[in-house]
Amino acid sequence: MIKKITPFLIVSAFLLVFIIFYKGLNKTNLYNPKIEIKNIPNFFALSFDTQEKIDSKKIFDENKYYLFNIWASWCVPCRDEHSILSNLSQNNNLEIIGLNYKDKINNAKKFLDDLGNPYKKILIDQDGTIAIEWGAFGVPETFLIYKNEIVKKFIGPLNENSLSEIEKAIE
Amino acid sequence: MKILKIILLLIVVLFSTTLNANEDKLQIEITKNLRCLICQGQSIYDSDSEFATSLKLLIKNKIKEGFSEDQIYNFLTDKYGDWILYDPKFNKNTYLLWFLPLLIFLIGGAIVSKKLIKFKK
Repeated sequence: MIKKITPFLIVSAFLLVFIIFYKGLNKTNLYNPKIEIKNIPNFFALSFDTQEKIDSKKIFDENKYYLFNIWASWCVPCRDEHSILSNLSQNNNLEIIGLNYKDKINNAKKFLDDLGNPYKKILIDQDGTIAIEWGAFGVPETFLIYKNEIVKKFIGPLNENSLSEIEKAIE
Repeated sequence: MKILKIILLLIVVLFSTTLNANEDKLQIEITKNLRCLICQGQSIYDSDSEFATSLKLLIKNKIKEGFSEDQIYNFLTDKYGDWILYDPKFNKNTYLLWFLPLLIFLIGGAIVSKKLIKFKK
């Protein structure tokens, strides 16, 4: 009896391990927290153009949609998503606010000169702490905001799918 | 008078350095308990990624602002979820995790004692 069961047990153990590892291979390593912060954080940041201190409460106060985009000139995926941001900047229902993340101001200016400036306002996050207040992991990351609440969060570069998703939401 | 001044200065310097040392110790303790979410198997303390360096700075600032260790953990779990903590909090999702080892130990103990009683008989 035992002799009959042993090969069966060995095979099923191997099969189990194989299935677990195979499933693990397909699993994404990108961690996405289950809790989504709804309310936008309050913070002070320097303005990219004027170097003035701006209160975040005064940025998202109008009754319209805002797209808050964290970007940097050194970030390659930001370059990829820039055309989508430029596309969205044509839309009157939406105001795009940028957060320049751990960047050199001259490089950032050159980046915008080369690719165009889709942002209504740009804030500076020199040490990356403002991005953490937003629960962000890095660059690029984008938040769709309506009435001081985060409607949708996009981790990583925006693509055609996210573009249509945003357009659908702000219609 | 001069000696008094020097002693006073020394006390001030010593006091401020121990204060700083305490703050640094707390910062290290907290960052060792936090998982770097974008790295593989590293704590915030170990990692030099952009995310980790910013988080270290943020924690340092929060300590200076007078936040307690628990307040900092709460602040971060609000933003990033429980996964950021290496030591999971006790709640409805984790009670099994905390109680299962105890349960297994008790069941194991029961089996062993039952066998022992049988053996003695």
